[in-house]
Amino acid sequence: MKSVLKGVQLPNGKTTDVTIEGTTIAAIESTSEAGLDCSGLIALPGFVDVHTHLREPGFEASETVLSGSRSAAAGGYTAVLAMANTDPVTDKAEVAELVARLGAESGYCEVQPIGSVTKGLRGAELSDLEGLAKSSAKVRMFSDDGMCVFDESLMREALIRVKAFDGVIAQHSQDPQLTVGAQMNEGPLATELGLKGWPAIAEEAIIKRDAQLALETNSRLHICHLTTAGAVEVVRWAKAKGAKITAEVTPHHLLLTEELVRSYDPVYKVNPPLRRQEDALALQAAVLDGTIDVIGTDHAPHSAEKKQCEWQNAAFGMVGLEHAASVLQQVLIENGGQTWERFAALMSTKPAEIARLTGQGELRVGAVANLALIDPNARRTIQFQTHSRSQNNPFARTVLPGAVVHTIYRGRFTVVNQEVQELNG
Amino acid sequence: MRHLTSIRELTRESAIALLDNAQELAQVGDREVKKLPALRGKTVVNLFFENSTRTRISFEIAAKRLSADVINVSAESSSVSKGESLKDTAQTLEALGADAIVLRHPMSGAPKILAAQGWTKASIVNAGDGSHEHPTQALLDALTLRQVAASSTDLAGLRVLIVGDILHSRVARSNILLLNLLGANVEICGPEALVPSGIEELGASISHSFDQALERNPDAVMMLRIQKERMDGSYFESPAAYGRDWSLNSERLSKLRLNTKILHPGPMNRGLEISAEAADDSRSLVLRQVANGVAVRMAVLHNCLSSGGES
Repeated sequence: MKSVLKGVQLPNGKTTDVTIEGTTIAAIESTSEAGLDCSGLIALPGFVDVHTHLREPGFEASETVLSGSRSAAAGGYTAVLAMANTDPVTDKAEVAELVARLGAESGYCEVQPIGSVTKGLRGAELSDLEGLAKSSAKVRMFSDDGMCVFDESLMREALIRVKAFDGVIAQHSQDPQLTVGAQMNEGPLATELGLKGWPAIAEEAIIKRDAQLALETNSRLHICHLTTAGAVEVVRWAKAKGAKITAEVTPHHLLLTEELVRSYDPVYKVNPPLRRQEDALALQAAVLDGTIDVIGTDHAPHSAEKKQCEWQNAAFGMVGLEHAASVLQQVLIENGGQTWERFAALMSTKPAEIARLTGQGELRVGAVANLALIDPNARRTIQFQTHSRSQNNPFARTVLPGAVVHTIYRGRFTVVNQEVQELNG
Repeated sequence: MRHLTSIRELTRESAIALLDNAQELAQVGDREVKKLPALRGKTVVNLFFENSTRTRISFEIAAKRLSADVINVSAESSSVSKGESLKDTAQTLEALGADAIVLRHPMSGAPKILAAQGWTKASIVNAGDGSHEHPTQALLDALTLRQVAASSTDLAGLRVLIVGDILHSRVARSNILLLNLLGANVEICGPEALVPSGIEELGASISHSFDQALERNPDAVMMLRIQKERMDGSYFESPAAYGRDWSLNSERLSKLRLNTKILHPGPMNRGLEISAEAADDSRSLVLRQVANGVAVRMAVLHNCLSSGGES
């Protein structure tokens, strides 16, 4: 099958045609052949999310691999890394292979399982990291996300062991002892609202410790969902020291602040919590200056019953796949004056590189045709109703720039004119 | 106003209007027939997820004095104990025709979320939520202070010292906000472990010596209850040590000026944060606070239920 995208703008600003043959980008040059009018659209390598919760197996009421994949496609993603905190936990090859197979069957994007660092996410004993790596799912990224690998000797051993297959440990940086019962960012607002505070140091201290372990072991460490100005400073320090450290920020921590918690609306309850305005500004600056490497959505769907309740009873988490590109456009392009090439690096190239995904994050002749075409001039009101099974979207009713118009996964349109396609297998 | 979930929802003018209204309604309690027809045909549900006999009775009397029908629901005796959610409970009460829900809840923000989510059209009145707020307590405290203060309008210039377990106290938070709104100067005083960081941003100065704070001659001293039930750790060495440093005991009582008033939201831990002598002293306004509670709650219920759905 052949598709010609007429008049697209490339990340470098050049306008041209892109020809796709089968699953491959066959040409990037003007052609006399007719095709899909893409004038005004920017073609980017399909987005890669290193931090997605698809909830299957075990929590299908909130999300399934299929519904999450459709949501990902709607957001311009052609690959998602599925976190391990499912039931059963992805701590062995069979579970990883199940998740990968469900992803392949969905057909909307590549679903690459993340293995847990410790068995059952219990933080006591390492998972079969080598077995996960050797499985057909070829797991390269490991995380106990939702939980922190708090035992530093286990963390050190994990960092050493993943080197054998070029893996990476993605740490959820949260000192569990400093955050017992924590409900929101620690500070005057938490005091006023009568909610137990979540101190910044609980995140920063773990990042500092892990950065030192990464330096000592010369291993790859990825910091999940950075949230504080202090954490940015720690990452900056670690990079300057030469640590193989990468950092991720979520769309919500870039634009939203703790002030929203005044409403006690659990849609704003997330782990780690929304922080102060100065933290959000520090994160935005870190995206602009390259201290932060990637946008990770931490797409965390929850069913209505887990969110329509008292704040303290509510689950932590927000959905994020469908509007991440718009948030980044706001921060990087509209407010930051950066290029679409930087945008592609944050959303596609660098995440693919961290996760060691081949066939993702590239827009060149001969590469797999994984593409997101966005209309940068669109402005849209974000909706609650999404392709996800869950509606816990903190950006609902807000206006953001940009819209994903078409998504192409392995040469096949998964989204056409903002409509997710029925793929029928 | 349609709901009262936080003092933040009040302006200075609306707070004064509520207090004026409460002052008038207080006289109903002195009549032979202690009843007005204002809320006849309205149904008020006291939905208490946490025990509080004093506050519940106060709201019940207030509603009955306004001729409302009152239903008391406690968590232990309702389907809440079988796992029913706040949303389902609210919707059930809505279907049963509740016009106002007076909510006491152990979790901060429960009244706010109930008022905001559209699960019920009833007015929501916060009767104390977690460590967040207890707005009607602050209003009754303000009414009590206003009755003995120089001004009959607000509390401008009044110096109020709030002492004890600030960390767990919703009373302290509501009082700081309201006393500021009414022009009073608030100092909070307690052991470091029981004074949460950042509370000064609500509008209070902080100190950690009760004796030194008393030397500054406050106009009113508000003692707070030690909330043992909310303490998940060790916040002070022993009750004896706490009493030594933080109790309004006989020795400190003897140093109080003759016109310094003593308040306590109750229930009092006599012998712990306050001595029996201080609680029963002529300067103590504790029983007047209780009486004013009914008047303030009458004013709040009347205001919420007669606002025609205004937000």
